[in-house]
Amino acid sequence: MEKLRNGFLFPEIGKRQVAHMVKYPNAEVISLGVGNTTEPIPSVVTKAMAEYALALSTHEGYRGYGAEQGDKRLRETIAEKMYANMGINGSEVFISDGAQCDIARLQMLFGSNMTIAVQDPTFPGYVDMGIIMGQTGEYDDKLNKYKGIEYLRCEPRNNFFPDFSKVPRTDIIFFCSPNNPTGQAASREQLKELVEVAKLNGSIIVYDSAYSSYICDDSPRSIYEIPGAKEVAIEISSFSKFAGFTGVRLGWAVVPAELSYSGGFPVLRDFDRIVCTSFNGASCISQIGGLACLSDEGFKAIKDVIGVYRENAKIIVDTFASLGKEVYGGVNSPYAWVHFPGRKSWDVFTEILEETHIITVPGCGFGPGGEGFVRVGAFNRRECILEASRRFRSYFG
Amino acid sequence: MGKLQAGYLFPEIARRRAAHLSKNPDAQVISLGIGDTTEPIPDVITNAMAERARALSTVEGYSGYGAEQGEKKLRSAIASTYYKGLGIDESDIFVSDGAKCDISRLQVLFGSGVKIAVQDPSYPAYVDSSVIMGQTGLYDNQRYASIEYMRCDPQNGFFPDLSLISNADVIFFCSPNNPTGSAASREQLTQLVQYAKKTGSIIVYDSAYAMYISDDSPKSIYEIDGAREVAIEISSFSKYAGFTGVRLGWTVVPKELLFSDGFPVAKDFNRIVCTCFNGASNIAQAGGLACLSPEGLKAMQSTINFYKENTQIIMDTFTKLGFNVYGGKNAPYVWVHFPGRSSWDVFAEILEKANVVTTPGSGFGPGGEGFVRVSAFGHRENVLEASRRMSQLYK
Repeated sequence: MEKLRNGFLFPEIGKRQVAHMVKYPNAEVISLGVGNTTEPIPSVVTKAMAEYALALSTHEGYRGYGAEQGDKRLRETIAEKMYANMGINGSEVFISDGAQCDIARLQMLFGSNMTIAVQDPTFPGYVDMGIIMGQTGEYDDKLNKYKGIEYLRCEPRNNFFPDFSKVPRTDIIFFCSPNNPTGQAASREQLKELVEVAKLNGSIIVYDSAYSSYICDDSPRSIYEIPGAKEVAIEISSFSKFAGFTGVRLGWAVVPAELSYSGGFPVLRDFDRIVCTSFNGASCISQIGGLACLSDEGFKAIKDVIGVYRENAKIIVDTFASLGKEVYGGVNSPYAWVHFPGRKSWDVFTEILEETHIITVPGCGFGPGGEGFVRVGAFNRRECILEASRRFRSYFG
Repeated sequence: MGKLQAGYLFPEIARRRAAHLSKNPDAQVISLGIGDTTEPIPDVITNAMAERARALSTVEGYSGYGAEQGEKKLRSAIASTYYKGLGIDESDIFVSDGAKCDISRLQVLFGSGVKIAVQDPSYPAYVDSSVIMGQTGLYDNQRYASIEYMRCDPQNGFFPDLSLISNADVIFFCSPNNPTGSAASREQLTQLVQYAKKTGSIIVYDSAYAMYISDDSPKSIYEIDGAREVAIEISSFSKYAGFTGVRLGWTVVPKELLFSDGFPVAKDFNRIVCTCFNGASNIAQAGGLACLSPEGLKAMQSTINFYKENTQIIMDTFTKLGFNVYGGKNAPYVWVHFPGRSSWDVFAEILEKANVVTTPGSGFGPGGEGFVRVSAFGHRENVLEASRRMSQLYK
């Protein structure tokens, strides 16, 4: 635990936001920082959750412990709806209370003796959990890296896809697509290469597809669209950014039956044991909400909300593009990744906060590969996004 | 992972129940096995949850990520309801999705290098999570190497002889106890706290059944002087409010609790919570707040009393049959002694001949051999019917 550096990224940003608001009590601070959803959940979904909650007060409707792996119908519906034609069935889907919790349980499964590779930059949770599990060495201040982790640089120069020929083998590869923070959705060719590398090296890919519902071109939405992926990849996903369930808490992990350790033992069996020992299932109310999200009516309503965030992202991307800034992402993702060449990302963060009262996320918080970039999120009410756009134009224009 | 024996206890029992049912499809199986609540949640609580759910569809009522430690109001209500006057405040409370999950997060906090002590018998999650974290050696003769098993049986009043045990870094202690139903006395807990102080151990005190206490046994470890410096307490809404499916609990980590190097445990636990967890469901938390309203507390007590009546029925049944029966007074579990018999054999006999599911004592540790746990969670008519069948079987 001592290796964890003070101030996990988002609490640190929170602290600076509070300090800023004390300094400028009349400023209308707009947060395009932490990816906290803002749009209400469609009523077809909340109605289902409310009805289910009320039914828990009746004899017929009361439910106690659910299966730790999740409600059977929900598992099957996710398999059908999200993994149609990919040969994934309900028994390979494990319902959780969110991707962050799944990452922790997967790291518990892997244990301290595994070597991990992460994209650089990437969502900090993979690394932080790796540190807690003892998979890493000390933090190197100068390099902004932890010893013992392979950092797979993803930047404009390499189309945000690592050069695997330059990277040593690791047991686990964390890969997030569409990526947080760069907003890049990996192409079919790139993912084929990823799967080949994993096959060759006997590595397990943990594929984070939490933002796949933001994809609008034909980039793969699931790793299992790639042949052979079932033998090498676990996929995690979440209702958080899909359905606004950031507070309701619901996600899932897919562990295919074909995925085995080098000795031939199925990973699914071990993961099931972890789930049964460390977890007692996602809230039954959240799970009913999940089912409603995947109904025809629910799915349509959810897509409309995602459309709002996508439009927000477009506004942000267009704003920065029109200001002559190098901006990436924001097309298949709710995150825009803006380059400020030669500048330190915390300095840019501070300047933007001071001058426009807007919270962003400094890229170096996601790894050394994020230095010189700032992540601008699309999660806010439309009027705030438009106001932020005005302020950016005014300040940078 | 390779060291873990078979499946976790309760899925294993569920498997045997399913196998029995497929062989006897017409059997009316009654489950007094897993402690799964059966009575509906009081209206005042579900109304609050329904309201919160509906509010998520409005601009004013929508909330996204909550604080990982839990909603302020709920933390405050937990502190004032259960820890009044005990020097615990809201910032010491961490809201969770249940005690089982908290146990694992605590184990992640402690890491692989610690040695644990558990009561024998005890709730299997303490041992199983210890094995998963790599704290133990191999399984042999019903025990994992490196775990200190503290025997609790009728002879020692279900409180371990602390002079006989070797030092452990973490002591898991559940009171009222699952599975024995025994609630430790003030004197016993004072001994435990003093022992932990002396050895520099941390107690993880599981108080999930405290509201079932009928006498003046302590409901919280913090009723004992000095406990804040040595103990973490975990608890849950599962058995109070029927939240077994809704998922809500809490952990108390007092500010005074320090590692041997002086570093506050709460700071590290907070970091674990922020990294491995993203908060309990906001809807469940709204339910929790309603549980702790005056009306909610009254309603929960009513449900608890119902289960306590069930417990009395079960206790009376086995006592009349001449069995030595333990627990039941301060917990929804009855611990029945079948001297000289294998508890899995008794489990199978009761299942096959009476179509009643119980839990074999050895599933809780070697100290559970020769006992069977009968849980009091069930509809009244099922509890009565199960009692009738027991009376027939063992007359």
